Amino acid sequence: MVSVKKKGVLGDVKESLIKKVFQASGLLAIIVLLGIFALLLYTSIPAFREVSLKEFLTSTGWDPTSPEKPEYGLLSMLASTIMVTLGALLIAFPVGLAVAAYLSDVASPRAREIIKPVVELLAAIPSVVVGFIGITLVGPLIAKTFKLSHGLTALNGSLLLAVMALPTIISISEDSLNAVPVSYVEASLALGANRWQTLVRVKIPAAISGIIASFMLGMGRAIGETMTVLMATGNARAFPHGFLQSVRTLTATIAIELGEVPYYTTHYYALFAIGLVLFIMTFFLNLTADIILEKQKRKLQ
Amino acid sequence: MESSHIAIPEGKPKIQIENLSLFYGPKLVLNNISLVIPENKVTAIIGPSGCGKSSFIRILNRMNDLIPEARVEGQVWIDGENIYDKDVDLVALRKKVGMVFQKPNPFPKSIFDNIAYGLKIGNHRGQAELEQVVERSLRQAALWDEVKDRLHQNALKLSGGQQQRLCIARALAVEPEIILFDEPCSAIDPIATARVEELIHQLKKDYTVVIVTHNMQQAARVSDYTAFLWLGELIEYDRTEKIFTNPANKMTEDYITGRFG
Repeated sequence: MVSVKKKGVLGDVKESLIKKVFQASGLLAIIVLLGIFALLLYTSIPAFREVSLKEFLTSTGWDPTSPEKPEYGLLSMLASTIMVTLGALLIAFPVGLAVAAYLSDVASPRAREIIKPVVELLAAIPSVVVGFIGITLVGPLIAKTFKLSHGLTALNGSLLLAVMALPTIISISEDSLNAVPVSYVEASLALGANRWQTLVRVKIPAAISGIIASFMLGMGRAIGETMTVLMATGNARAFPHGFLQSVRTLTATIAIELGEVPYYTTHYYALFAIGLVLFIMTFFLNLTADIILEKQKRKLQ
Repeated sequence: MESSHIAIPEGKPKIQIENLSLFYGPKLVLNNISLVIPENKVTAIIGPSGCGKSSFIRILNRMNDLIPEARVEGQVWIDGENIYDKDVDLVALRKKVGMVFQKPNPFPKSIFDNIAYGLKIGNHRGQAELEQVVERSLRQAALWDEVKDRLHQNALKLSGGQQQRLCIARALAVEPEIILFDEPCSAIDPIATARVEELIHQLKKDYTVVIVTHNMQQAARVSDYTAFLWLGELIEYDRTEKIFTNPANKMTEDYITGRFG
């Protein structure tokens, strides 16, 4: 006869220990996030002893090292970031959506098996390599096409960021298109719609929230990207007036200046404040995208 | 197995199926089926689960084309045209042969847009004509009085039975000649079922109806002809009255009396 009673307490202790370890790992992610936010906030605040928040956010002049009158306005860089990002999405979104639609609707299983991993590999290219391609290939091409002295422009950054945002846009858009119930597609085809009409009038509208979320996540990816834009956009501090100008984004500014800034100066704190602005932007983009995706999941169930 | 008994219905034939076989990959789903479906009558397809009923009905508007490994042999003539010929326009075929599915599947759009969908994807028509067709279709589907004040509400807010009648209205809006029902009542309650059956009864005045059903009482109530399928074979096809009172085949009798299935 086998007893079903517990033998000793060691099993219980082990079980609860394992549970605690997993709980702690889950908590760790939250702690790290909050920690980074707290650090950025804490290190940013001293900047505003000398610079008003209004000047910081609305002035276009950024010249922290000027001996006479240092300026701390991030508007030019913010505008550059937004310009390069939106330019990237203007290119990446239609292309990404088209690829997603192709993968979910048209591609043969064979083609999908090849294209999907390739798209995912795009995300694995180190950003410094993308930047390198910007300097040696895309940039000169832009210079030649538009007859510029050099090609390190906002357009260059946008093109490269578009490539980097594509995997996110494609895979999330494709997931949402695939989540559209087959019954909608069947209903549409049974009414005499062709595949194109079914895609445009039924599938995309049903998957629209996921597609919007993919756009936002792609945007988050583009805003935060540093090395590529640093290498490819020329880093001119002036307010941007067009895609064929050199621009300097928020991320590039931090990367360029943080290495040389004297510690605990207003300039040092101001760079952290830029980091905080970036953090808040990408945080809310990702959060909103997550909420939209969660809502769509519930709607399509 | 006893020899099958396939009657030739009276009246004008609408669909003629000759030596039809359907394969999913190497698997034989329907085996050499021949039958004639008469115009302006309701023809029911009955049989146990997995016998190929739904696959059979999906032959008639070529919905099986969506399944990459599906392969059809034989001919299906509708009004004298073989719908498996190479030069068949699938869009025209599916406009002519409408379909209502097992589970109500309205689009996540307004009631109006659901009905207007089939028209909008065809030749674009004026708003006035759209409104006219929407009203006519909803009246035909006995849904107009319930939804006339909220045509622009999302169709997913309707009850299951209302959604299924909406799907019927949506199919009617493109003016098909044949309507296929794939177990249309399996996901709705008995009262809603009664309304859909009443509707099917009225539809045969103007349309040829083919209905797949798991429910033998339903087949007996709504249909003029009944086909009994078993493991991909057509066992018996005759007037519904004959099938349910005096079936020629022992297996048909066993199935309708509930001895298996």
